[in-house]
Amino acid sequence: MEAERRLSLRICEGDCAVLKRGDVFKAVPVLRKRKIIFEKQGFYLDNAIGHVYGTTFEVTSDGNLQPKRQVEETTTETKEAGTDNRNIVDDGKSQKLTHDDIKALKDKGIKGQEIVQQLIENSTTFRDKTEFAQDKYIKKKKKKYEAVITIVKPSTRILSTMYYAREPGKIIHLRYDTLAQMLTLGNVRAGNKMVVMETCAGLVLGAVMERMGGYGSIIQMYPGGGPVRAATSCFGFPKPFFNNLHEFPLSKVDSLLCGTLSMETLPSEPEDTALTEEEMNGLVDEKQTSVQGTEEESSAETAMEINQTEEQERMDVNAEDAEFKENKERENKENVREKQRKQWERRKKLTETAALLREKNADGLLVASKFHPTPLLLSLLEFVAPSRPFVVYCQYKEPLLECYTKLRERGGVVNLKLSETWLRSYQVLPDRSHPKLTMSGGGGYLLSGITVVLDKGKSDSGNLEALKMEEPSSKRCKVQDLCC
Amino acid sequence: MSFVEYGDTIKDGDTAIVFLGHESMFPVKVQQGSVTQTKYGVIRHSTDLIGKKYGSKVTCSKGGWVFILHPTPELWTVNLPHRTQILYSTDISVITMMLELKPGSIVCESGTGSGSLSHALIRTVAPTGHLYTVEFHQQRAEKAKEEFREHGVEHLVTVTNQDVCKNGFGVSDIADAVFLDIPSPWEAIGHAKAALKAEGGRICSFSPCIEQVQRTCLAMEEYGFTEINTLEILLRVYNIAMLAEMFAFALSFSCDQQLLHPPSFHQERYTNRGVDAEEVLCVIRKRSSLEDPRLYNTHGCSPKNNNEKCRICTGMSPENKRTHPQCSLRDEP
Repeated sequence: MEAERRLSLRICEGDCAVLKRGDVFKAVPVLRKRKIIFEKQGFYLDNAIGHVYGTTFEVTSDGNLQPKRQVEETTTETKEAGTDNRNIVDDGKSQKLTHDDIKALKDKGIKGQEIVQQLIENSTTFRDKTEFAQDKYIKKKKKKYEAVITIVKPSTRILSTMYYAREPGKIIHLRYDTLAQMLTLGNVRAGNKMVVMETCAGLVLGAVMERMGGYGSIIQMYPGGGPVRAATSCFGFPKPFFNNLHEFPLSKVDSLLCGTLSMETLPSEPEDTALTEEEMNGLVDEKQTSVQGTEEESSAETAMEINQTEEQERMDVNAEDAEFKENKERENKENVREKQRKQWERRKKLTETAALLREKNADGLLVASKFHPTPLLLSLLEFVAPSRPFVVYCQYKEPLLECYTKLRERGGVVNLKLSETWLRSYQVLPDRSHPKLTMSGGGGYLLSGITVVLDKGKSDSGNLEALKMEEPSSKRCKVQDLCC
Repeated sequence: MSFVEYGDTIKDGDTAIVFLGHESMFPVKVQQGSVTQTKYGVIRHSTDLIGKKYGSKVTCSKGGWVFILHPTPELWTVNLPHRTQILYSTDISVITMMLELKPGSIVCESGTGSGSLSHALIRTVAPTGHLYTVEFHQQRAEKAKEEFREHGVEHLVTVTNQDVCKNGFGVSDIADAVFLDIPSPWEAIGHAKAALKAEGGRICSFSPCIEQVQRTCLAMEEYGFTEINTLEILLRVYNIAMLAEMFAFALSFSCDQQLLHPPSFHQERYTNRGVDAEEVLCVIRKRSSLEDPRLYNTHGCSPKNNNEKCRICTGMSPENKRTHPQCSLRDEP
């Protein structure tokens, strides 16, 4: 256990790692002999393998990485600095090194640190700048010339930050603090049975999986032909985490709720040929003799091979073309069988997931999609047990208002809240502390609430009751006189 | 019931949340034979609560009713007895994400305070993680211990009564994350580093004043912490009933109503009731620019040829309607 933990801290081949330079992130698979382009630099990750996550590397001139040693800041003994900029004139001639000189330095493969030092020495105005301005100058040049890259382990924090910065469109502008709210408001934790509907490239799913740590189960509702899990794969979850991850097509939700769900047609499977009863039974038997999917495949294959050798023995094999035909036939047979087996597997999984949903006892619902939330919520809430939280994300406020109205009509929910979070980061430095930027209005909105037991024979008066419950009387009078 | 596991039915000894509606709720400790008074009447635990499903509607003696909700750290946060200032769920969610907490994480926290954050941390690190929480105020430490026991999470948390700035967290080389909410966090940074695993971990400190933040950042740098970020998060909750009502109203806008009441009229009505004027106009404009036939069939102006905004969008007075180029309005009866 301990050894395993320590091992997981080291960068291994095949891992999914995240490169970091300043505030820029990029998720990459760790593979040997493969060139990575990051922040206008090309390099190979081979040398990083075996190092601890969080190590900072320098890019050498031949495109390899070498761990950066902690260098003591070389402070010039007598630090000269000005007090203000009254005598600093911008004539464009303060830097004595020309563009070509700098390029030549770079081509020589001189360390970035030394280039920065050269730039400082050749800047005529550097000594007249204030101490703060000098700091700022050095920082700026370091950022440009010192190519250091940190390799970090993926997490929700890193990946949601990365996605929001790099590809906000793919995650419908779900800002990371909003995602954090979703996980908390939804009480996402180990042991839950969660229903997740997202079109955020699998980022929300990954965040939920991380918080559940492989305990409990997740049912992902997906539109179209299958769930998108590009971001989920960046997390590098261990295999067992996927054992209790199920998926169910949104297109079948209504028929599931009506009880008319048939397993006859499968989504995105036009060439649907039903297996015969016999074959099904055969497959079931095979399934029972095996433990895992991979084993099962091999056992199925050996079973087929045995069948075929028996057949072959019974056949006359003196003509080559006959053999050729035989092979061809066998291949076809195998292909068909393989296809049918896969299909049967898919159908079986769909049946299992449908059964899980039919229990209608999910511990929570998270929705973050590009679709209108109202129809989604009205359907998916059916699968959630009473007294469980649900959270809906939407990039815009208006659809959530409509959703709110419809939920109030439906009933079975309390404590509805529409919220938005604003995020502000600060620069904190001695005598230079100030807010950096305020993020608002771009991180989306959340509608959250708690399910309760739904009165089946709910009348309009009940509705009014509910309204009365949530609103002070003074408000109601105004509603009435507005409506007339 | 436990704070780390859902239960279906209410049992003796549970902590349940009585939801009275519209932001008003309170926690109750379920006990055989005991009663709870609400403004809707009495709830008798033995008959009204025990054995019922969480999320049920419970009718009280006066005929009114309440919902009984399963406790969660978030509901606890808004219902707990305050012994100190507490952290609310908006901050808690960002703290949890930025500390990269998950099942199995080992976390150190100080001070325990009223246990608002503690409950959320325990929820996240269960079932295999652990919380070491330090509180220098003896009564508060004992009260927290008692609460953790009542909520069925005592096996996941260790409460220590000592001064974290002097004596640290009582553990070393074990934590994945450290959280500080104390008056002088910079004095505890060294102890935090000692508590964190040798291979590294994450730290977060919560301070109301920027001067505290500055000193903490300096201390973190001094102890070799990197990637120091300072964040502030603000929650904005919308008055949803009001907005929805307004929204539904904008939906049912018809020309005639529009004539009777130009947007400025509605705006006034809503702003008097504490809704942002811009917001009202925005909703009205948005609604009228959507392709809702109900908005256009009465005066034949469709949004497609609506380069020049029709009266609905601009709120012209009825006198001007005949000069409006886009619409050929019916004459009013």
